[in-house]
Amino acid sequence: MSATSIKKSGPFAHGYNTVQKTMFLVLLALAPATAFNLYLFGWPAILLFAITISACVAIEAGCLALAGKPVKATLADCSAILTGWLLAMSLPPWAPWWVGVLAAVFAVALAKHAFGGIGQNVFNPAMVGRTVMLISFPVSMTIWVAPHPLFSAGSPGLFEAFAITFGGHMPDTMSAASALGYIKTELSRGIAVTQSMGQLPDLMDMALGKRAGSLGETSALLILAGGLFLMFKRIISWHIPVSMMGSLFLIAALFHAIDPARFTSGTFHLLSGATFLGAFFIATDYVTSPVSKLGQIVFGIGVGLLTWSIRNFAGYPEGVAFAVLLMNSLAPIIDQYTRPRAFGRSRKGEPLPLEKKP
Amino acid sequence: MYGMLIAIGSLTLIGLTLGTILGAAARQFAVKEDPLEEELKAMLPGSQCGQCGYVGCGQYAAALAKGEAEVTLCAPGGKVLIEALANKLGVTADLSGHEERVPEHAFIIEDLCIGCTRCIRECSTDAIMGANKLMHTIIVDACHGCAKCVPVCPTDAIVMVPVQVTLRNWHWSKPEIEQTQPKQEVAHAH
Amino acid sequence: MKLFPILGGIHPEYRKELASEKAIVALPMPVALYIPLQQHIGAPAEVLVNEGDLVKKGQMIARSGGAVSSPQHAATSGRIKAVTDVTAPHPSGLPQTTIILEPDGKDEWGDLPEPITDPFTADPHAIHERVAQSGIVGMGGAAFPSAVKLNLGTQKKLEILLLNGAECEPYLTCDDRVMREYPDEIIDGARIMAHALGTARVVIAIEQNKPQAISIMTKAASAFPDVEVVGVPVQYPMGSERHLVQAITGRETPARKLTADLGVVVHNVATARAVHHAVRFGRPLVARVVTVSGGAIREPNNVMTPIGARIADLIEFCGGFSARPESIVNGGPMMGQPLASLDAPVVKGTSGILALTAEEINDRPTSACIRCGNCVTVCPCGLSPLDMAAFIRKDNLDVAAKLGVMDCFSCGSCSWVCPSHIPLVHYFNYAKGVLNDLERESRKNERIKSLAEVRIIRIEKAAEAKRAALAARKPASDAAPPSTGGEAKAATEEKANT
Repeated sequence: MSATSIKKSGPFAHGYNTVQKTMFLVLLALAPATAFNLYLFGWPAILLFAITISACVAIEAGCLALAGKPVKATLADCSAILTGWLLAMSLPPWAPWWVGVLAAVFAVALAKHAFGGIGQNVFNPAMVGRTVMLISFPVSMTIWVAPHPLFSAGSPGLFEAFAITFGGHMPDTMSAASALGYIKTELSRGIAVTQSMGQLPDLMDMALGKRAGSLGETSALLILAGGLFLMFKRIISWHIPVSMMGSLFLIAALFHAIDPARFTSGTFHLLSGATFLGAFFIATDYVTSPVSKLGQIVFGIGVGLLTWSIRNFAGYPEGVAFAVLLMNSLAPIIDQYTRPRAFGRSRKGEPLPLEKKP
Repeated sequence: MYGMLIAIGSLTLIGLTLGTILGAAARQFAVKEDPLEEELKAMLPGSQCGQCGYVGCGQYAAALAKGEAEVTLCAPGGKVLIEALANKLGVTADLSGHEERVPEHAFIIEDLCIGCTRCIRECSTDAIMGANKLMHTIIVDACHGCAKCVPVCPTDAIVMVPVQVTLRNWHWSKPEIEQTQPKQEVAHAH
Repeated sequence: MKLFPILGGIHPEYRKELASEKAIVALPMPVALYIPLQQHIGAPAEVLVNEGDLVKKGQMIARSGGAVSSPQHAATSGRIKAVTDVTAPHPSGLPQTTIILEPDGKDEWGDLPEPITDPFTADPHAIHERVAQSGIVGMGGAAFPSAVKLNLGTQKKLEILLLNGAECEPYLTCDDRVMREYPDEIIDGARIMAHALGTARVVIAIEQNKPQAISIMTKAASAFPDVEVVGVPVQYPMGSERHLVQAITGRETPARKLTADLGVVVHNVATARAVHHAVRFGRPLVARVVTVSGGAIREPNNVMTPIGARIADLIEFCGGFSARPESIVNGGPMMGQPLASLDAPVVKGTSGILALTAEEINDRPTSACIRCGNCVTVCPCGLSPLDMAAFIRKDNLDVAAKLGVMDCFSCGSCSWVCPSHIPLVHYFNYAKGVLNDLERESRKNERIKSLAEVRIIRIEKAAEAKRAALAARKPASDAAPPSTGGEAKAATEEKANT
């Protein structure tokens, strides 16, 4: 070997982790909960799921081509699939096709590529897609159905599913209210929480996912399993899920203890809505959450408290998506103030004093 | 009516008080020299080479402070200084005419030197060693490459040479990101 | 012994088994040795020999060039062929002044300094002097002159001599082998150093992935109550001086301070062995053990190599390449430097020569940062690599400096862990280079500014003197004007005096 010019400095060893691998593992972790929920909500949900993901991938490809970025290489990172997947999971399961497609446009084109593509977005794309749709089309976005497991009586067949998804023929009898929505409506009619809770499925059924809700958020236990798998694989750390659910549980339990007629219990808050999905899969999104562990705890607590506040005091029964977006906007500043302390320096960056022997 | 009087009166009072305080402060804390000029002077190389067209760095700084001079005149300062000055003065530097040169120092071709000492008199940083009728050499560490000595040499014995990269001052260049750009993709397609 | 946790770190694939069971073998004397004047941090050595001189093994051929410097010695007997520029073992491939020695094949020792018979009663200064004269530098890779570090005892109260046998870099096994084969020499050297430093304790830290070395060293140390062998967790970069001190003492060395300020001095195990040779036998540092390994080396090995042997000779001795190497690395894969040329010589700080295949390096094209934060988690210095790299990419080096890029010691953990394969460490190396340049530049500017001021004052003074002289001569009618040539001459003479 003669003298050659060296272009790159060390290190000359690299781990085997890649963006693609990370995204793939997240998808894998989502798979059990998704499969179970697709089973629960039947063919219309499967159609919507497929449409949303395809739309996300197609829009991502279009945006990349427009921006003059490599299309194939970037699509291979699976981030568009993940966005589409999470987005689909946050939509009402029997929503018509255009809900999925429009949500995908907002998520991928507006929230992600308008900011510069992967890694550059401030807000969680899937949550932007969901909330923009919720604000723009409040009716279509709040038609919930009770679970109708595939092949069970009352579950729509494939043809009926096509009619529901593409024809907008929502059978009226099918609709049901989500637990959070129900409580909120009853409260507004002056019925105490203690009373309305009696009408809801018991907590065990809620944990399993046998309740009305978004396409993929109802099965808390399977989502928990997926989240633990991600922690085991060190894709996510405990900081955001624990601090988010912990703060949500604590504040809910506190107010429930003060006024049980007005506020639902901590357990109810944990098991309803998108708490688990949000804690393990949405709030932990790398790009839009802080990088330092301390920052992640601050972020998680913020999401938890905001979720509870929105659920109780705002116009919408569910608050996870809004809470995540609000905290997303704070993530850069949280990062700035929670940088880890450098070795041998104080938090302010001054060299440590030379302490005497301990 | 009464309320209006009170309003006018109190506003007048506030105005008078603040005005007095400000006036007193301006007199009390008056700075004789223009602090901006001093700051600018500190930023300039201070070698008094005069290539900017002013007698020395102090005069150039004064002109800059008054807004009479362009920020692009100092050759030894290079692009870094131009940007720093532009930043300080809040102007946008016109770098279009500026040719960024690599750091240079003067070099005396010893065979041509006749020892006339003209360059020594020209050098503003005493970077040239030698005596009458004796060969001169450049102290590289003291030479900042103003090139003022080059035109005065009667035998064209002084040339500017780039400062050499050695093991002591070599460093890694900025990484070239091989992020697959569209151009490269075209290349792959072929 | 209670150990303390260190921040961050990674667990790369160590691949030490490639060479760890290969006993140290000596490299046959090559046809020429290339001994650079600068093999250490500090000023280069000054040549003492001329072309054609005959030298003996161990003879000093270049003397120390300053307070922080180190002499060079002939690694064998022979004839000085030339003193000229030769490619340095450095990524730039730039040349440096090098003494080329042609061995005569006799390998005869010259007159060596007398052994220090009882070093433990000797004056510490005698030991410093011997270590300095023997050209011993830190053999872990940094190559800082050891005598300077041994002198710390005269300025500070020291408690522990920490012998670094962590060898946390993947592939490298030279310290492991030295510890397994020459435990008594290391411990003797360490005790001599402890005496020179005035420390009461010697702690030898070895990563737990070297169980044989730990047991052999523990056995050898059992005779000395003041020497303690400690197995430290396998966690890269455990071998970093400051982090090892933290693991052993639980104390964090403040920024811009030395571990010696905490009463701890760290030396490499191979350095201790070199001190043993210098003090007990008067032998200078003329050879070292180099691990030659990597997937592209046919027969990985630990080779006792005379200082100045070409890297190409070493690779040839190890059977040459078995695959196309993607990179040849001087040192370990994490912190080692890529080599531009195999013609460069082995120097005192060369711990390993690795020929790595593309699969081993596993580098991929860079993609966008997804802010996963893994780099922040693994950074042993508590920095935020992703933020620093982003600012450096936009040429915002000031902010990067504020975020602590100068505190980074390029351990490579962040680059290793990055899923987007962003060359983080390369960004930091670049930024550190530019910031150092700027600092040098500003120092030079300061100097030039003061030179210019001095000159102006001098010219004013000269003008004043002239006016005074003129005024004094005026009454004595019109004298001849002073010649400008004479003034210039006076000026230059004055300059020559300063």
